[in-house]
Amino acid sequence: MEQVKHAIETGALRPGEQLPGIRPLAEELVINVNTVAKAYRELEHEGIIELRHGSGAFVSENARAGKLADTLRGAQSMVAAAIERLRARGLTADEIRRLFEAELARLSRTGRRRG
Amino acid sequence: MAERLIIETIDLWKTYDGVEALRGLNLHVPAGSICGFLGRNGAGKTTTMKILLGMARPTSGQARVFGLAADSPQASLEIRRRSAFVSEEKELYSYMTVDEIIRFTAALFPRWRDDLQERYLRKFELPLTRTIKTLSRGTRTKLALLLALCRGAELLILDEPTSGLDPAMAEEVLQALVRHGGGEELTVFFSSHQIAEVDQIADHVVIIDRGRAVISGALDDLRESFRRIQFVFDGDAPQTTFRAPGVERVVRKGRVLTVLSSAGADAIVEEARALQPRSVDVVPVTLREIFLESVSAED
Repeated sequence: MEQVKHAIETGALRPGEQLPGIRPLAEELVINVNTVAKAYRELEHEGIIELRHGSGAFVSENARAGKLADTLRGAQSMVAAAIERLRARGLTADEIRRLFEAELARLSRTGRRRG
Repeated sequence: MAERLIIETIDLWKTYDGVEALRGLNLHVPAGSICGFLGRNGAGKTTTMKILLGMARPTSGQARVFGLAADSPQASLEIRRRSAFVSEEKELYSYMTVDEIIRFTAALFPRWRDDLQERYLRKFELPLTRTIKTLSRGTRTKLALLLALCRGAELLILDEPTSGLDPAMAEEVLQALVRHGGGEELTVFFSSHQIAEVDQIADHVVIIDRGRAVISGALDDLRESFRRIQFVFDGDAPQTTFRAPGVERVVRKGRVLTVLSSAGADAIVEEARALQPRSVDVVPVTLREIFLESVSAED
């Protein structure tokens, strides 16, 4: 999923272009076909791709190609500032990583309960 | 959730010479899944597969494949007609050549897939004129897999298909499994010691320990529900029993109390709040950790 998003954001995949079929992609990546199908459904739910019956998956015309790259650049400086402050308090890289992971895990749990 | 089950066992027991190989195994493999079967040596994986295929009889309990009773000789014929087995031993007719065994097997199965035969002869680079006994273990596995795939079976059961294979050969085998398995046409049930490969290609997993299924379910659900929660206290961690459901294991060590939860980490954290921990960490758990925790949990 992240790979497809990344490809769209960097412009490697453009709106209207066709994505590989579920089965060929599963074979290429050597991962479960149901995992690929699920990722495609989630991408469709997020409006990034369109699944057209019988003809496959396509990048949405209104997928925010490229736009996210700017957002990410902005976010990166925010993350950098946060990390800098944590380091100033004497936390190690590992400790910071664990804090981020724990916080993300907590958010995804509470997000699920809401949804 | 009304999933159609391809394999189902209910309270399955098997005793050989006084040894309890299976001790009340409950197994559920949904149709269209690729299900990884993990367990330590001697946990009962091969015994389970043999019972499913009518090669061994259960001492008690039920085993059904396609809804058919595996211990009925007649139903078992039907089960074996619709499924294919790649065993760890690969006891093929060792005096035959590759070409001979393919023609021999093809003649037995009316749904034989010539297209797949061509594809995998090429892809697996199988030497047609060599006798089976001269083949390497990896090549023999690939031959057994070709025979299994070409039969047009609905269920493929494999006992450690990648054991003894180099990483490139193992990848070819896994690739063939994800190409054909999962989805409506072919359900795959395979045992393995390679947790990483189960993580990679399976969507369901069963962990068996001492003849019992200790973990069973969709891999995504397991990843979502298992958490390791670590509480650190100012003094020694308190002796405590959690009332919240989903507590799989509690380990006290010095100031640290670690809880492995299979559901509801939030409720556990909430309950522990009364103990006034100094810090709380909740982290996801890998399949490898789930495996190691669940097979060493007893005794």
